[in-house]
Amino acid sequence: MTELNRLTIAEARDALRKGDVTSVELTEACLAAVEGAGALNAFVHHTPDLARAQAQAADARIAKGDAPAMCGIPLGIKDLFCTKGVPSQAASRILQGFLPEYESTVSQNLFDAGAVMLGKLNMDEFAMGSSNETSCYGNAVNPWRRGNDATELTPGGSSGGSASAVAADLCLGATGTDTGGSIRQPAAFTGITGIKPTYGRCSRWGIVAFASSLDQAGPMTKTVRDSAIMLGAMCGFDPKDSTSADMPVPDFEALLTGDIRGKVIGIPREYRMEGMPAEIEKLWSDGADMLRHAGAEIRDISLPHTKYALPAYYVIAPAEASSNLARYDGVRYGHRAKLAQGDGITEMYEKTRAEGFGHEVQRRVMVGTYVLSAGFYDAYYNRARRVRALIKRDFDEAFAAGVDAILTPATPSAAFGLGEMTDADPVQMYLNDVFTVTVNLAGLPGVAVPAGLNAQGLPLGLQLIGRPWEEGDLLNTAYALEEAAGFVAKPAKWW
Amino acid sequence: MSIDLETAAKVAKLARIAVKDEALPALADEFNTILGFIEQLNEVDVSGVEPMTSVTPMRLRRREDVVNDGNQQTAVLSNAPDAREGFFAVPKVVE
Repeated sequence: MTELNRLTIAEARDALRKGDVTSVELTEACLAAVEGAGALNAFVHHTPDLARAQAQAADARIAKGDAPAMCGIPLGIKDLFCTKGVPSQAASRILQGFLPEYESTVSQNLFDAGAVMLGKLNMDEFAMGSSNETSCYGNAVNPWRRGNDATELTPGGSSGGSASAVAADLCLGATGTDTGGSIRQPAAFTGITGIKPTYGRCSRWGIVAFASSLDQAGPMTKTVRDSAIMLGAMCGFDPKDSTSADMPVPDFEALLTGDIRGKVIGIPREYRMEGMPAEIEKLWSDGADMLRHAGAEIRDISLPHTKYALPAYYVIAPAEASSNLARYDGVRYGHRAKLAQGDGITEMYEKTRAEGFGHEVQRRVMVGTYVLSAGFYDAYYNRARRVRALIKRDFDEAFAAGVDAILTPATPSAAFGLGEMTDADPVQMYLNDVFTVTVNLAGLPGVAVPAGLNAQGLPLGLQLIGRPWEEGDLLNTAYALEEAAGFVAKPAKWW
Repeated sequence: MSIDLETAAKVAKLARIAVKDEALPALADEFNTILGFIEQLNEVDVSGVEPMTSVTPMRLRRREDVVNDGNQQTAVLSNAPDAREGFFAVPKVVE
């Protein structure tokens, strides 16, 4: 048998059920892998004692014979999820020392299914970033390198630690969250699969809020099948989230037939951006050919408001963030600044937030404050919400015309070097999300699937966008793409 | 629309984030870059389009208006930077 930490969730589940392996053995293998991967800085809080206790309980449950698929599977949990009694600080200094008194619904669902938590994963501060460089824990590092070049690359962001950990086989799967591309972009940068489900599919309760109308949790895994299994365990109706969908959760894995004959796959012409690298262009057309050979009909479509998605996002997301992050006031939890003689409550707020928030978070909170301020609310915020309605309408019309899924590149490039974007203006970094952000604005499910390597040996991903609530059908198309692409490359271990 | 130093200072104040005077010019520059990018939205014809309030056609659910939680003082205060006698403690607010 291969090293246990290299197994997929599906392989581990089958081995656990057959009694070929125990969860304790799987968990020990992952804990050892985590221990040896400090250079990746993926895990930022370690919970080995909890993991061992959960693994023993999982083994007992499996022995009884009625364990769910995720039972005994070792996972990493993004630091954005509140986990009871375990540090949960959204990679921010302002939540230093915060120990939640409650468990997020998604992590609780996973634990109820018997999953094992190895620890908390690195990310961009408050999920604001595309390179994991805004984290208070320092950069997470991509296990992939440009051939023999030792330049450290970003695993993407904001779920950079999740992506790095899964790609480096430190865990069998990880939770991510996605507000503008934060599951799909890092998945593409690290050669793994990640799905952002339909808005409302996963409960947001207990996940530190960034932009509430856009945030969704989802799985980041080694294969499409694993995403189907793990998503099923994460999602479901939750009365504690007022936007949670009261809908049945299908057996996503059972829908993976690989048969996509007759499906209509849209290729949106507006995603063919000026200056798009040839390798991305080729990956995209290769992907379309693969789906055509699998029996799908490839159709050119138009999503005319695509160009305005990023600017609309950079009004709406900061606006919601400025409102959500108002709660960090130094009163109820987290950091409080040391005050000088005579400082009052306003100085306490201002100093606490200046010390506690990093630069990018401060910038977005202030941009959000500005676009919501008197006199600008209509010009910026309401206009952006109107444009958002038009972006959603574009997708609605494409689906109404018979399109089943839409194929696009996941990212405009392969992973870039850590620090390479430091001197760029903020908008340059925002462009990373150009292909993914439309999906959040329209509330749709989107999945990133690894589909090839670039000339430097770095993974590249394709994105499939599905109809609302049809994650099962979307994952089946992703499964067909995965089969056809046959992506099996792994990063060579250097860490 | 261009953000001057005074506006940048006002926004920082509204956001309750202390920004040193010497940091204001760089901050104003960044705001202007981002707002310049956002200006593209003015090209879109949005006449007759309602601002989106919910991405999925749904009404927010309301729970029953009943007490369903309580007696959690210790848990509520457990993460407070400063808690005294069962309360959150803050600097003096009223003279």
